[in-house]
Amino acid sequence: MAEHAAAAGLYRLWRNGLLVLIFALGAWAWASGLLPTMIDLWDDIVYLARQHIMLVIISDGLAVLVGVPLGVALTRPALRRYGDIVLQVLNIGATIPTLAILALSMSLLGIGDTPAIFGLFVLTLLPIVSNTLAGIRAVPPHLIEAAHGMGMSTRQILLKVELPNAMFVIYAGIRTALAINVGTVPLAFLIGGGGLGELIFSGIALNEFGMMLAGAIPTALLAILVDFLMGQMQLWTIPRGVNPLR
Amino acid sequence: MIRLDNVTKVFPGAAAPAVDRVTMEVPEGEICVLLGPSGCGKTTTMKMVNRLVEPSSGKIFIGDKDTNDYNPVELRRSLGYVIQQIGLFPNKTIEDNICIVPDILGWDRTKSRARAEELLEMVALDPKIFLKRYPKELSGGQQQRIGVLRAIAADPPVLLMDEPFGAIDPINRAIIQDEFLKMQAKMKKTIMFVSHDIDEAVKMADRIAIFNEGRLVQYDTPNNILAHPKNRFVSDFVGSDRTLKRLQLLKVSDAMMHDPPSVRTEDTLATAASLMEEHGHNSIIMVNATGRVRGFVALTNAAGKKGKVGENHETLPTTINVTEDLRTAVSTMFRHDVTWLACVDDDRIFKGYVTLRGITHLLGEAHRDG
Repeated sequence: MAEHAAAAGLYRLWRNGLLVLIFALGAWAWASGLLPTMIDLWDDIVYLARQHIMLVIISDGLAVLVGVPLGVALTRPALRRYGDIVLQVLNIGATIPTLAILALSMSLLGIGDTPAIFGLFVLTLLPIVSNTLAGIRAVPPHLIEAAHGMGMSTRQILLKVELPNAMFVIYAGIRTALAINVGTVPLAFLIGGGGLGELIFSGIALNEFGMMLAGAIPTALLAILVDFLMGQMQLWTIPRGVNPLR
Repeated sequence: MIRLDNVTKVFPGAAAPAVDRVTMEVPEGEICVLLGPSGCGKTTTMKMVNRLVEPSSGKIFIGDKDTNDYNPVELRRSLGYVIQQIGLFPNKTIEDNICIVPDILGWDRTKSRARAEELLEMVALDPKIFLKRYPKELSGGQQQRIGVLRAIAADPPVLLMDEPFGAIDPINRAIIQDEFLKMQAKMKKTIMFVSHDIDEAVKMADRIAIFNEGRLVQYDTPNNILAHPKNRFVSDFVGSDRTLKRLQLLKVSDAMMHDPPSVRTEDTLATAASLMEEHGHNSIIMVNATGRVRGFVALTNAAGKKGKVGENHETLPTTINVTEDLRTAVSTMFRHDVTWLACVDDDRIFKGYVTLRGITHLLGEAHRDG
């Protein structure tokens, strides 16, 4: 009981502290002129945020559509021995600085959405492929043996045994990919891809603190929101038996 | 029925065959235990039956049909399969795990789920509690029970079991073995069961196939294997206490003296004494009017004395049921420091008696025959 009361007290303290903090931040934002700037720029923020989200969805969607099947393919008997080689190549790819990838992508595809999406796609591919590969490889061999022994076809084993048991790890890869992606999209502005980076970089260039934050704060909130949504998906869509979160 | 005809398996790159010209037949409804040290070819032999391993040469028949005439995937669906690591799918509930083969075979959902419920009740796991659980929420013993249920869900005539109880602690293992034997008494499946444990083999098997270096060394009933090991390898493998192991294969009724003399409470001591002299016994069992054992009279207390048996009997320290095995009988004798036991049936009606000497004689007989 005492513990319970203490916990409740601690919670009240937290809540009140948070309210005070939000109020203080709000007051500061107003006084420093940030809030008025943000209100002024509201239409831009909404427009650019939508663009930002589209960039994330398209590039990450493509990466999932390519990465998961690629990871699965690399665990099939015919391609199994190439798994490590492909992983090495992707690893080397991941060591190339983000900006360099975007620059290379621009020199290849020109300016606009396409090179931005391509660059972001390349960046997000690695965690998705490597987690798919690792997740499926980690499925215990005796599960596969039992499945074979009961007369499941290779396809049934993949869909009903391997993928469900690797799902948590694959989701984790997608979640990492999304986090990288959302954080990198602002750079897409540099090659004409749009997104909230437009406010951030313009703000820096014009030395307009408010404008910069009007891009940076929504970017940060978006990253947190996306991660939260992925976490919830991971929690609720993966069966309890193979979900360490439940 | 499972029949292997001159089956050989040579793995690519191996110098010696893993399985070398094995011919054997598991009759309908029997448990055949494949027994031997690791690497003797017993598991490979079993896996060739459901074609998880393809034989290099030779033929395998299930019933009258050559397994090569089946599509391997369909063949496996028609044979139950249990492995040591259990291999329940952690992403599926117990219900869905049990229904895997019925689901693949496209059974009606209501029918397969009802079957899962019925199977759980067979092993005394409450369906209300267990159907919706996940494997990780069950103990090892419970998981292996589900593993067995999953194998028999679609009611295959043949079961293949690869050291199914090997990873379970000894106490639970014995319980699950007994439970399984009880189920088998009703199911009458034809079972090929891989084990490396002679005690398990003696307990479970109708027939034991002993393997060494890919060859089938001896294929016989547990009693014959223990009584007449074919060569040095078999006798070493079954152990120097093999005669003691036979005790658990034999029932009290096998060693019992049938239609023994007995006296009633109202008989005189003189009658008792003359009966004992006639049979050469030095004690005799006293029964009541319905034939239940009440006690015994010793020759020294009866000879030359007057009176009724009922007033001069002694009580028996214990009796033994005729359906018990001889191991229990001998253990009971040692515990009570006696050399004979009165045997009774389930209604405690006197059926006969076993003596230590009779048991020794029975065990020795088989050896002399050989």
